[in-house]
Parts: sequence; structure tokens; C-alpha cells
Amino acid sequence: MATMAGPSRLIGAPIKRREDPRLVQGLSHYVDDIKLVNMHHCTFLRSDYAHADIKSIDTEAAENLSGVVKVITGVDIQGKVGSIPCAAEIEGLKVPDHPALAVDRVRFVGEPIAAVVATDPYVARDALDLIEVEYDELPTVVDLDDAIESDSTVIYDEFGDNIAFTMPLDAGDVDAAFAEADHVVSQRFVNQRLIPNSIEPRGVLAEYLPGEGTLTVWSSTQVPHHLKTILSLLLDLPEQLVRVIAPEVGGGFGSKLNVYPEEAVVAYLATELRKPVKWIEKRSEGFTTTIHGRDQVDYVDMAVKNDGTITALRAKLLANMGAYHQLLTPIIPVLTYLMMPGAYKISNIKLELIGVFTNKMATDAYRGAGRPEATHIIERMVDLAAQKLGMDPKEIRFKNFPQPDEFPLEMATGVTYDSGNYQMSFNKALDTVDYANLRTRQAELRSQGRYLGIGVATYAEICGMGPSVGVAGGGWESSTVRIERTGKVTVLTGVSPHGQGQETSFAQIVADEYGISIDDIVVIHGDTGRQPQGIGTFGSRATAVGGAALIIATQQVKEKMAQIAAHMLEANVDDLVFEDGNIFVQGSPDSAVTFADVAATAHVAVNLPPDVEPGLEATHFFEPSNFTYPFGAHISIVEVDPETGEIDLQRYVAVDDCGNIINPLLVDGQVHGGIAQGLGQAMYEGAVYDENGQLLTGSFMDYAIPKATQVPRFETEHTTTPSPVNPLGVKGVGEAGTIASSPCLVNAVVDALSPFGVTDIDMPMTPNRVWQAIQDAQ
Amino acid sequence: MATTQINTTINGEDYTHEVEPRLLLVHYLREVAGLTGTHVGCETSLCGACTAIVDGQAVKTCTMLAVQADGADITTIEGLAQDGELHPIQEGFWERHGLQCGFCTPGMIVAAHQLLERNPSPTEEEIRHGLEGNFCRCTGYQHIVDAVQYAAEKMQG
Amino acid sequence: MIASSFEYFAPTSVDEALSLLSEHGDDAKILAGGHSLIPAMKLRLAEPAVLIDIQRVEGLKGISESDGKLVIGALATHHELESSDLVNRTLPILAQTAGEIGDVQVRNKGTIGGSLSHADPAADWPATILALDADLKIVGSGGERVVKATDFFEELYTTALEADEILTEIHVSIPDGNTTGTYLKLHQVASGFALTGVAAVLSKSGDVCENIAVGITGVSDVPYRASEVESALAGRALTADNIAAAAEKAADGVDILEDIHASEAYRSNLAKVYTRRAIEGAAS
Repeated sequence: MATMAGPSRLIGAPIKRREDPRLVQGLSHYVDDIKLVNMHHCTFLRSDYAHADIKSIDTEAAENLSGVVKVITGVDIQGKVGSIPCAAEIEGLKVPDHPALAVDRVRFVGEPIAAVVATDPYVARDALDLIEVEYDELPTVVDLDDAIESDSTVIYDEFGDNIAFTMPLDAGDVDAAFAEADHVVSQRFVNQRLIPNSIEPRGVLAEYLPGEGTLTVWSSTQVPHHLKTILSLLLDLPEQLVRVIAPEVGGGFGSKLNVYPEEAVVAYLATELRKPVKWIEKRSEGFTTTIHGRDQVDYVDMAVKNDGTITALRAKLLANMGAYHQLLTPIIPVLTYLMMPGAYKISNIKLELIGVFTNKMATDAYRGAGRPEATHIIERMVDLAAQKLGMDPKEIRFKNFPQPDEFPLEMATGVTYDSGNYQMSFNKALDTVDYANLRTRQAELRSQGRYLGIGVATYAEICGMGPSVGVAGGGWESSTVRIERTGKVTVLTGVSPHGQGQETSFAQIVADEYGISIDDIVVIHGDTGRQPQGIGTFGSRATAVGGAALIIATQQVKEKMAQIAAHMLEANVDDLVFEDGNIFVQGSPDSAVTFADVAATAHVAVNLPPDVEPGLEATHFFEPSNFTYPFGAHISIVEVDPETGEIDLQRYVAVDDCGNIINPLLVDGQVHGGIAQGLGQAMYEGAVYDENGQLLTGSFMDYAIPKATQVPRFETEHTTTPSPVNPLGVKGVGEAGTIASSPCLVNAVVDALSPFGVTDIDMPMTPNRVWQAIQDAQ
Repeated sequence: MATTQINTTINGEDYTHEVEPRLLLVHYLREVAGLTGTHVGCETSLCGACTAIVDGQAVKTCTMLAVQADGADITTIEGLAQDGELHPIQEGFWERHGLQCGFCTPGMIVAAHQLLERNPSPTEEEIRHGLEGNFCRCTGYQHIVDAVQYAAEKMQG
Repeated sequence: MIASSFEYFAPTSVDEALSLLSEHGDDAKILAGGHSLIPAMKLRLAEPAVLIDIQRVEGLKGISESDGKLVIGALATHHELESSDLVNRTLPILAQTAGEIGDVQVRNKGTIGGSLSHADPAADWPATILALDADLKIVGSGGERVVKATDFFEELYTTALEADEILTEIHVSIPDGNTTGTYLKLHQVASGFALTGVAAVLSKSGDVCENIAVGITGVSDVPYRASEVESALAGRALTADNIAAAAEKAADGVDILEDIHASEAYRSNLAKVYTRRAIEGAAS
């Protein structure tokens, strides 16, 4: 068979994105840019209270407003719109009913109560002010530690307490390891709640054609296929007649890896009214009702020997679910649980993970999803241990890394790291910053009363989600390759990029395999009506799983093409080469058939070899054998102004190993963006609720996502350790920057402030907090 | 519903409409003039996705009423490319991978346009300062800075 | 995102604007650059029944020099103040302050008059206007009056402006070459407003401070002159120790704000540190 591709030209090259010309001209179409004839507009009335019984809802005045077509409340859709689902399967998990519109009780501020449909969005907004809701306020549960106290208010009477699930682990002999430890370090960590804030808010447009019985839904989603299946179940429609389109999607970071009440209600309204209905999230709604990330309180102990060997880890992890489970809510802290050892060999681990209900918006996947929390814990603990032992943070890390030849490496938490060389990436980072000299300079500055801090984080993370056994709803991915009659190539993929650039990187893969121009390839995604089944884009999986499906489908079609070409050339299949748009016998490029000729032959179908069917198309469903485990080392250098607590981030170096790289330009972009989000968590971002469950950081006036002036230039480097679990050898890079950067920066600031006796600092490290930490330590 | 007549020139074309006084300029551009390249990203005049040039000044069109723009000459992202040729800033964003999801990009490019008009060869710090009113959640801004530098060099010839 | 309905007027003269104001009273709001009012209206925190857009009113724009004073029209935008040659030459602290406000787009549209009339406790202009001892010219149905900056800011979001009055001009004396000023600010990281903003203006003879004025914003409900700091330093040598000792009084006798961005203790500390640094900056 034709296994010889032409010389690799595009894989590994910094190819400019093919998505960009439409985007830089404002010519692409996000959901809000799509307008249908007779389109109506929906708005949602939302709870002002975090916990209250709804006594009554009076919608009459709203219904009477000119231009209002329909007002519905929870009661109106009972039995018509199913409960918003959670896909998590965890033993003993309590799953509350999650009506799309609250019926008797509201459990977080922003919970939808009623929906208005009007002919004009301004009228729909006016109608909200005319709906009267009478509430009976209930005591609220907002604090994680308080929520699990026996005297806490209970959010679901039927559950008896606020504990959604408990997941224990006891690997090795933890008690013995602590008994034999030379030192034990203990710390409580707050991994604060974050608000994803993709710049495009969520949005849904639905159209129902009663004659055909088809429902088409345009949604700003990362998972159109899941949404299609779930909407068909929630609305009791045949799945074949539901089509979900994720048009241009303006970022997601996990927040659009979900199925939301608004998607169900808008789709329902379209079927009920038989008119197109659109809802576009306002930013203030996004703050309160798009899933949040993180929100854990972790109690951790580490046992260490005098030589720096970490012998055991013990932790209680409290994870805030919020008031309801969204699609994957309880799964997220399980990733923390699995990745607790980080980049270190720790054989004795005892964990208790507790999922807790509170009167807040649900948490779910936000960039990194569970791994930033794990990395924060382990990287802070390693630094605390080093400090206690008087070791350099560098030395303790080398002491506890596994050796490169130990991979695949089974960890105490049950996962098996695929491949790694942690020494290589860490050494590269240390060399880049000239670590030894940095420490000297730090000492000099300290003697002048200046506080330089050097922060290190060496991480291992889990991505390439993943084998289906580990991913709710399936962890495979599908891709189709179709060679059209003219020789143009259509790629259809189940992944759903929303900024990641697979229209380019996937075309690179196919162009190289076929030896054709990238301009002859179009990558189509985000439309369940056009492509085969799929899962979507999240968990740094698109290339590791969808790209793997693609290369296999590409090769399947190539094999068939080679048979046809061999027949045309009267040659042996095994001797053929695909190069520069031609197929020929190696060494005889002058007697070639063109790629397009073979495509035509395959479709005209009068000169096919025996037993070869017409057409050139293959779909492959790829099921990975394992997750992938990217790793790397980040180093940051800060100077802290002790008078004001302001942090000057002077340098940030990231060495990431994400396996093989398809497009280094895109990889750097992912790393930059990831670091910026981790930096946001470390320094600026944090959702703050008051004791009544009101969100105090409900707009960009109070919730700071990093601005251009608030991030430095990042220096990115790579090492390459291919993953053995997919044919491309890629690991994934979407989340690495976020996972490593927050502990890296906290370690730097704590390092800077160590002369004051500061040993830990909560995120975000606002000037106020840094200043207070210094005051408290003195 | 009382309306007011407004006349504008957008990307060189004249528009006349009766609008409600409360209609935001961004909604006028998107829903009335049909130019959907200008985006809405927040409600608090911070994210800059809605940036357009009104009488030579980059403004946040979510914080301006359409009636305030009566008589104005407006340029939106759709008006930057000329005769099928990308504007050098658009080209810079493409060349330097200055965008990922693309949602902030039109506002970012329009803000960069104002920046380079006032300061044709800005330093990195000046670029970052000039783009402070435009949020990007994807890129970490580095490639955006590179894109503006590319454009600055190209526009200097 | 969508404001309540309102009636819209676009007067072209001050008289016309004033008669609209008297006609509609408390139902009416003046719209200048709109960068304080429109955001509030979009969130329906403000729902005026009548909006009087003064953008086209003659005579409220521009920056000029007259009788040793800088005359700033209320509709002068932050960007105009930031980039004006006249301002940069005569009173650079005004340009410096303008450059610290919001972002480019906000500075292009937002006006000094609008900002002062809105009186946000964390706005930048009040600190500098106080430190420069500006006069604010106000016109109303009863005629014209001038209010000292120190008398203008009364309470949270409340100024000396009556419901039927409009701020029309800001007058600032152009100092001699001996006077220097600095505005220093710690940004609230999200909104860009001042967690603390300190404007220090001083003149010196040799090393001795002759006159000093310090305006502080962001620290209390109402921006204020740090008179304790001023009296501790006036007539004294501008040594590091003297400056530091004086700056310690920056929050004396002031009710200090506390919110999710800064505790009372931290704001108090910021007021002192930023006051010291602003004076050092002005003195250097």
C-alpha cells in the first residue's frame, strides 16, 4: 500500500490560519449575526434571591405589552421540557431535579424563572420589568466549610444534607508514611471561584419547521452533538430531526461545554410558537448563569524525608458544586483527585473528595478543569516542603520526578502517565532563566530591601480526553474525509473548534498525507446535519482524538486512491508516491496521474479495479487507549512592592511538552492564552458572593480579566516527547498554560515575601491581599 | 413610540433611518444597517468589542446612542479593507496569529487603527496601553502586539 | 443592556438646554459624553424620562487661555485634555490625569464636565481639580455662578449643582514656572477607576515648600483636600523625612471607603504611600 507520503511540508510549520480572513474583516457569523425571517426575541426573568420559595408570579402586565408574544414560567413547561441533565456517573451521586425554569423554589441568584418572547429585543427587555414575583426568602448556604456542618441549612430537603457525593482513596500505607516522616507540612488552600467570560456571550437561535418536523438550533456551544442528542430527549423530538449548528463560536474555555436551560427553553419556544426564537446572553447574565470554574477548599498534609523524598500525601478536598449539577459539574474535582501527585512519584496517597451543594451558580469545566486545582496544591506543597527542609525548590523537584524510562507510569491515584521526561523540560526552563544567577541576584536585591521572587512550577496534566471509559458521554472522536469528484477534499470533523484553529491544523495533516495543496482542503465542523457523529472540543482533545481519527480516515481513503491509481498506471500499489498533486511510481514522476484524475475516476466509476467501489470517502471513529499527559516547567520572576503590595511581573518563561506539534504558531497562541488565564486567576480574578448569595463581582467593573497592560510578554519553549496513545504522537496544549501558571506565580510571590515570613497567599493576589499578608506575617 | 430621524455615513455609504432615541449605536449598526462585524461583548463599556470609528474617534458604540451619531461619519471593521485588499492591520493580525476565536478582533483592529493614526511607530508598552480598552480572552495579547507592530512597520513603508 | 424609553432633546444653546431642564426638572438628565450616564441607563440604574443631549450646544467645547487662566469647556473630552499642547505646556498635571482615565475609547468620548458632575468617588478628575483649586462655572435659570472646587463635591454622587443647573466651564489659574504637580494612581484592576488617586501640586523656593495642595480621590465617599498634609509641609524643607511625616496624615479625619477591592486599612495605607510618592514626584 502507498505508505510513502511526499516530504513533510506542512506538519510542524507555522501556517497562517485559514479562518482569519473572514474574522479580521468582521464577515463571519456568530449566533447573534444570524437573522431569520420573522425572528422573535427571548429574554429571561431571573431570580434576585439565592434561596427562596416562589409564592406567585404575575405575568399579566408583561403579556399585555404591545409586541410581547408569549410569557412562560416553570409551571407552563412542566412535563414539556425535561430536567437539565448531568452526565456524571459517580457512585452515590445525588442528582437534583434541574428544571429549565424554576417552579417552586430558586436556589441561586440568576436562576431563570420566566421567559418572554417578543417581536423586538427592546420590548422583550421592557416586559421583564412588568413581571411581578413574590418570594419567601430562605436562609442561604454560601460557604463551603459551613455547608457541610450538621447544622447547615439544607438546599435539598430530600437529600438530608448538602453533600452531593464523597469519593475516597487510600493507596499505599499513608499512616505509616506519616508516622515515619521526618517532616510534615500542612496547608489549607482556597482555589477561588472563577467566571470564564468568553468574549462572545452565549446565544441560541432555534427554528422549527412544522411541515418537516425539523428543529434547527444555532448555539454558541463547544458540543453540538451532545446538544442535539440532549435537546431531542428534553423536548421528546426524534433525534434525526434535530440539527445543531455551532456557527462561529467566540471562545468557550469549557463554559460552552454544556447544555443550558436557555438552550432548552428557546428550542421549546420555537417548536411551540412555530417561529424562529433568538436569545443572546447579556454579559450580566453570563456572570451569574454561565458555569463558573474552580471553587475548592483543600486541606492538605505532605510527609517528607530529610533528603526531600515525598513519601505521602493526605488531603480533604471540598468542591463546590453550586446549586445544581450542570453537564459535568461533579466530574471536575475528580480530575483534581486523579492528578494530585502532579509530576512526582508519590506512592502513598489518601484522599477524601467531597462535592458540596451551595446557593451559587453551578461550577463546571473551565480551562484546566480540576487540574489547575491539583497543580496548585502539589506545587505549593512541594515549595512549602522545600522551605521547611531548607532545600532549593529546584532540588526537591528533581528528587521526586520519575525517570524517563519509567513511563508508562502507573500512579497511586489509578491513572497511567503515557510518556514523559520531566528533567528535560525543567532543565530547559532553568537554563533559559539562568536560575543560579537569578538566585544570586535575588540575594543582592534583598540586601537592598528589594523583594524579588522566583517561582517555579513543574506540572503534569491529563488531557486528550480521552478513552470513553473515562469521559461521560463518550471519549472517542470521529472524522470524515471525502474527496470530491474534482479532487477537492472535504474534511468533516466532530470536534468543534471555537478559536483553536483546526480548519488550518487539520488541513495541514491531510495536505501532507495526500501531497496536495492546503488550498484544496476545506475543514467543516460544528454542524450535526453535515458531519457524522462527534463529541466536541474540550479537555485539550481536538487534535489528540479528532486529529487521530482524521489521520486514520485520511489514510483509509488514500489506500483506496492508491488502488485506483495503480490500476490507472498499471503499477504496483506499494510503489506509489503522492506528491505535488500527483500520484506516480517512485522514481518515475513523469508518468503520473493527477490527484484530481484519480478522484474523477473514482466517481465516474467506469475504470475501477475489480472489487473497488466508487467514491472516495471514509469515516473513522477513534477511541484512544489512554489519556495523554502533557508536562512542562514554568518559571516566573516578580518584584513585590512591600509598601503597596503591587506585583511587578518581570519575566515569564514556559517550557511545555505537548508531544508532537502540528502548527507551532497555534501552539504558542494556546500557551499564551492559557498563561494569561492562569495569571488572571493568580492575580486578578475571583467571584465574590456576599453572605446572602448575591454576586458582588457581577460585571467587568468588579471582575477583572487581564487587559493588555496587565500581562507581560511570555517566553515560550518546548520539548518534544511524543505520546504513544495516538498515531500523531500529540498530547494537547489548550490548558497547559492555565494549569501551570497560577501556582508558578503564587510560588514567586511567596518566594519574594519569604523574608517577611509569608508562607502562603490566597489568590487572587491583589495588592490588598499581598500587603495584608505582609502585615499579618510581621 | 417616538422616533427621531438620523443621517449617518457608514463606510462611505449614506444611511437615513427613524430610530427610537434609546437605540444604542451598536444595535443601529448591527440590526438596522446590517453590519454585524461590530460585536457586543459586555454591558459596561469595558470590553471594546463594539469599537467603531465615529468622526475620527474610536468609540465604544455600546455607550453611544444612535441619535448621538446623527450626522456622523462612521467606519466599522467592514470598512477597513479596500478593493479586496486587507488593511495592513488586518493583514498583521493574520500574519502574526493575532486572533483565535475572533470575537474581539474587529474592535481590537479598529482600536489599533486609532492607535497607529495617533502614534505611527509605537513601542510595545504604547501598544498595550492603546489597547487597554479591548479585552481578549484567547491570545494573552502577545500576538496582538506583534500584529500591531507588523502593521506599523508596513504602514511606515 | 437596553435602557428604558425616554424623550430625547438635542438643544443647540445653553439657554435652550436650561429651559428644557427647568421644564422637566428631576425627570431630566443631561447627556454629555455619556460615559457615566449611558452605562447606568443600560443597567436601568438610571431611568430618566427625558434626556437632554448637550453635545451640540455652542460654547461648551474647547480649551483656551484667558487672563492667566486655562478655560476648559465642560464638553472637553479627556482625550482633548490629554493631547492638548496648551494643557501640556501650561498645566501638564491635567494632561497626566486625563491619560489615567479609563481607556482610549472612553477618553475619546468622556468629558471633564460629565465626570465632575457625576462625582463618582473614585473618578480621577476631582483629585486634580481640587489640588489646582479650580473654579467651576455653573449656569442655571437663576443665572451664572462660580463654585470653588473645594465646595463642589458634597456627598457621594452629589455636587453643588442644582437640578436646573449645568456645569459649563472649569477655570484653572496657570501657575508660574516654579509650580509642579503630579497625579499618581493605583487602578482598581477591573474598572480602571482609582483605588487611590493623589494629585500633589507644589511650589518651592530652594528646598523649601512654599505652597502645596493635595487632592485625594478613591479613598472616601467624597474627594478631599488633604489639608493636614498640606499644613504639615508648607514652609518646610522638602526632605524625604518631612514628606513622609506629612504624608502619614493623608487619611486623617476621613471616613475611609471599604469594598471588595480594598479594605479600610489598606486604603488608608495607600492614601499615605501614594501621597508621599506624589509629593516626591512633584518635588523632584
